[in-house]
Amino acid sequence: MTRKARVILKTGVWIVCLLPLLFLLYWTYTGNLTANPISFITNHLGQWTFRLLLASLAMTPLRILFGMSWPVTLRRLLGLFAFSYACLHFSVWIVVDHFFNWNLMIADILKRRYITVGMSALTLLIPLAVTSTSGMVKRLGGANWRRLHRLVYVTGVLAALHFLWLAKKGRIDQYIYATILTLLLGIRIWDAIRRAVRKRRQREAVTKPALA
Amino acid sequence: MLIKRAPMFKASEITDPTLYVTRRKFMLGAAALALWPSGAAGAAAAPSGGQALKATRNSAFSLNEAATKFESATTYNNFYEFGVNKEDPSRLAGTLRTRPWTVRVEGHVAKPKTYDIDELIRLVPLEERVYALRCVEGWSMVIPWIGFPLASLLKRVEPTGQAKFVEFTTLLDPEQFPGQRKSFLSFSSIDWPYVEGLRMDEAMHPLALLTVGMYGQILPNQNGAPVRVVVPWKYGFKSAKSIVRIRLVGEQPKTAWEKAAPNEYGFYSNVNPSVDHPRWSQATERRIGEFLRRKTPMFNGYADQVASLYTGMDLQKNY
Repeated sequence: MTRKARVILKTGVWIVCLLPLLFLLYWTYTGNLTANPISFITNHLGQWTFRLLLASLAMTPLRILFGMSWPVTLRRLLGLFAFSYACLHFSVWIVVDHFFNWNLMIADILKRRYITVGMSALTLLIPLAVTSTSGMVKRLGGANWRRLHRLVYVTGVLAALHFLWLAKKGRIDQYIYATILTLLLGIRIWDAIRRAVRKRRQREAVTKPALA
Repeated sequence: MLIKRAPMFKASEITDPTLYVTRRKFMLGAAALALWPSGAAGAAAAPSGGQALKATRNSAFSLNEAATKFESATTYNNFYEFGVNKEDPSRLAGTLRTRPWTVRVEGHVAKPKTYDIDELIRLVPLEERVYALRCVEGWSMVIPWIGFPLASLLKRVEPTGQAKFVEFTTLLDPEQFPGQRKSFLSFSSIDWPYVEGLRMDEAMHPLALLTVGMYGQILPNQNGAPVRVVVPWKYGFKSAKSIVRIRLVGEQPKTAWEKAAPNEYGFYSNVNPSVDHPRWSQATERRIGEFLRRKTPMFNGYADQVASLYTGMDLQKNY
């Protein structure tokens, strides 16, 4: 991919990722945040956190399935946006929803399993965000860095549980998100098995003549 | 039964001024003001368009608090017959036809009767009562309802000694209620029609209101037209909407939410800050239009009037 194409692509991703925030401002201006704005904003930010997380997790499968390499260059950007939305989602919960009522929040974190997993999902994203720079990749070494960043799979699962457990009966989007996540992780597992099998065949192919 | 004065909220439950002053400063400082344009003031009712309905304010049964904005009360609704999202009812309620409409009152009664809705509305002089409405989801509103005591209707049909519970059934008609349609993508959580119930003494309690209007006009479709009950000391879902049948029965009815999620919803569903919903605390609530959460009072503030109904009952078990 040319440098110009990459700049256009990344600019596009920036715009798409900022749109949900612009929409919030627009709805604020037009008074369309529903009768319960705090709940609406929290849900909106949470939903976009999950969408961007799934988008970042979809980049590698695109390479696996279609051999495209350019999506992988967007992984970090999407992941950092997912992290930013998660932070906003969490901040709204602390500041606006509970207005620093720590007792109530701590009780909720301990007692409500959907909040417990939600908090854990966000916490696990912090080391990934911190080590997202190219400098950190070098410092950690590629293998360690990759191993660390597998934590995002755990975050994905926790985020899915967060949504499944909090969603009220009658909704279906929580199942859609969980299904997409399952697919994205499933493709990775399938690919890992496929590669392991191929490796073993290669090893056998190399060792067999020696035995003969 | 001795009718006591409805509770005004205690001074301690009104937001402490120092808190909201701090909050205002904070909001300004954080430039969060931009995110808070319209919602704030719990302004007085501003009805628009609906057909006016005359009623006399019953101040003994009314909260001394500003009503939630009419717009909020009519656009932020849980009425699954129209859909699970809060905006679905106001968006889709046009399909509900409230005339002709009849309400069958039957079961263990000496004089079962089918009431035409217009007869029902004129049965007893209408009164306006400002009640707090607490949703099980943790938000609340203050709504000026118009109706008459459910007891007035029940007495007319003369309940027999076998009548122990009252069962309310909402209209079943997927043509008018899109949420009742079976479709590929929506596996519905509720076994339609919606059924709710009260114990006989709860139903006869003077606070239990058979409701046909709000904010000085006939009930908007999305709020349960043409007739619903309002049981202010219980979570909102206990107040059945768009009722077509009221049946007096001997056994405790199996309610729609008990069937849909028995671990989450019990028959009584009294507002109780000390009994959590399995997924969230019920200790606090957000009054629609307010910023800070407020503490949820026992029986939604109606403890003085209704606590005696539950003497000796374990409310942790009978949630």
